[in-house]
Amino acid sequence: MAVADASATLPAVAKSRRPSIVVDFARAQPLSAVALLFVIVIALAGIFADVLAPYDAFAIDFGNMLAPPSADHWFGTDNFGRDIFSRILFGARTAVTIGVMSSLLGCVIGGIIGVVSGYFSGRFDFIMQRFIDVMLSFPIIVLAVVVVAMLGRNLVFGVDVNLIIAIAIPIIPKVARVVRASALSVREMPYIDAARAAGYGHMRIIFRHMVPNVFAPFIILFAAFVAQAILLEASLSFLGLGVTEPTPAWGLMLSGNAADFYREAPWMIIFPGLAISVTVFAFNLFGDGLRDYLDPKFKL
Amino acid sequence: MARYILKRILYMIPTLIGVAVIVFLMLRVVPGDIVELKLRGDGAAVSQETIEAERTRLGLNKPMLEQFTDWMIGLVTLDLGKSMWTEKPVVDEIAVRFGLTIQVAIMATILAVLIALPLGTISALYKDTLLDHAIRIFTIGGLAVPSFWLGMIIILALLYYFQWLPPVTYTPIYVDPLTNISQLIWPALAVAYRYSAVLTRMVRSSIIEVMLEDYIRTARAKGVFERVVIARHALRNAMLPAITVLGLEFAFLIGGLVVTEQVFNLNGLGRLFVQAVSFNDFTLTQAIVMLIAVVFIVTNLVVDILYALLDPRIRYGAK
Repeated sequence: MAVADASATLPAVAKSRRPSIVVDFARAQPLSAVALLFVIVIALAGIFADVLAPYDAFAIDFGNMLAPPSADHWFGTDNFGRDIFSRILFGARTAVTIGVMSSLLGCVIGGIIGVVSGYFSGRFDFIMQRFIDVMLSFPIIVLAVVVVAMLGRNLVFGVDVNLIIAIAIPIIPKVARVVRASALSVREMPYIDAARAAGYGHMRIIFRHMVPNVFAPFIILFAAFVAQAILLEASLSFLGLGVTEPTPAWGLMLSGNAADFYREAPWMIIFPGLAISVTVFAFNLFGDGLRDYLDPKFKL
Repeated sequence: MARYILKRILYMIPTLIGVAVIVFLMLRVVPGDIVELKLRGDGAAVSQETIEAERTRLGLNKPMLEQFTDWMIGLVTLDLGKSMWTEKPVVDEIAVRFGLTIQVAIMATILAVLIALPLGTISALYKDTLLDHAIRIFTIGGLAVPSFWLGMIIILALLYYFQWLPPVTYTPIYVDPLTNISQLIWPALAVAYRYSAVLTRMVRSSIIEVMLEDYIRTARAKGVFERVVIARHALRNAMLPAITVLGLEFAFLIGGLVVTEQVFNLNGLGRLFVQAVSFNDFTLTQAIVMLIAVVFIVTNLVVDILYALLDPRIRYGAK
């Protein structure tokens, strides 16, 4: 009996000594934990936009054009009488989807290039590094604008895949550079020598031994680039090269004729921009905390 | 030192060639070209022969390799051909607008330094106080607020308080410097916020690092006034990493201007770039992208040389 009791309480004790990673993170980085909470709220707002939105985000209502913020329309209405608050909720969906997907795509490709380049070093690494030098000579938005114009639109499930690729491409060289630096130090570790001595193939060493050990910088970069990708998507949409009407997107809400209404309807400009800023702010704050938590010495 | 500079300039050449190749290739993968858009854009019925004739006239039917050698020779001789849309020489189109963009970029850089130096220093010296936290929030904000929206908010505020709207045409600096600066200070401010935020963070962290150095303790032990310790010993040494950031962020600045110029009706390089891209104007687009990359590469070269001039350790380390 006594033995059974002890074994029954053991896991509970162990649990209280080692709090879950979320609790531990919240204790170490309280400010970032709040930011994470905010990020989750924004993501949920985007996912459940259909349910949460008080109005149809697409419904044109000329009787209610340019209505100022009120109890009915929290953020007012735009020049088509569409409810801005509802459109911002749907915009969250666009921003988070494109932000997360393009950051993921860019980080995965960049990460693989970085690890492989760091692992093999030598001539392959040299060529890759020169190529990355060249890619880094273009400001990210310039590169994204050219790529987006080059690829055109390609909607899959209402998401412009080519836009995601265009935003991911400028991310790739940046990630590759940072991940390569970590891969270079991992390569010198004894366990890599051991794996090589054991006769494992390059593929196995790269994916089983190198990749897990450069995962911390990878996660940090991913969080940081979600914020950048959201900003980039907003900029592209603002220029008319990103998301197109009628899909609600924050950058798009600020573009085109929004600027004609500075005088009549400043809320058309204030709220979408606030949505971008607050979201990017939250992602950055969370990313900063994550970096301090996972790897304090890491410099982006 | 001359050797170091020469070496850095020589290193630049392969990167520049790489940039030229990438720029060229990126645009040739485009499925459509300007001719379709130019002749059939408004739904006009144009025969295939006319389209082909136009393509030949613009050199789009030449073999890829020939187009490429034309482009490379053009780059070296600075003859970049004519805009496919306006038919004006590309160099002229760019020259008209380049000055404006560079002026705003330089103004933004000065603004950013003026904001970041005091903020970063205060933040470092009063580390972990309320003041430091306030500045930290200001800097994280700088990374989050899109420059084009900040520009719109600036216009909104100016409109509300001073009934000011962005002018339709900007006064050139050689006509009336004061009017010119009073017009261009706002777009400069809009793009400078991010710049100053990044710089502030850098200045803060490098001052904190420098303050722990032995020579600071020695200076204090000698009885040097704290004010002098900070100004002469700490700030000077903390400037080095900040200068690197100045170079790297310059790319962001140019990028930010691409978008912010639309907000302020600035007829600069960024606007020209967006127009050129939307019209599939290959000659113009590739010239602008090339120019932006060159500006970025040269800026970083200057920063590196500056760095070596200011810090002898780099010079001697790189014999």
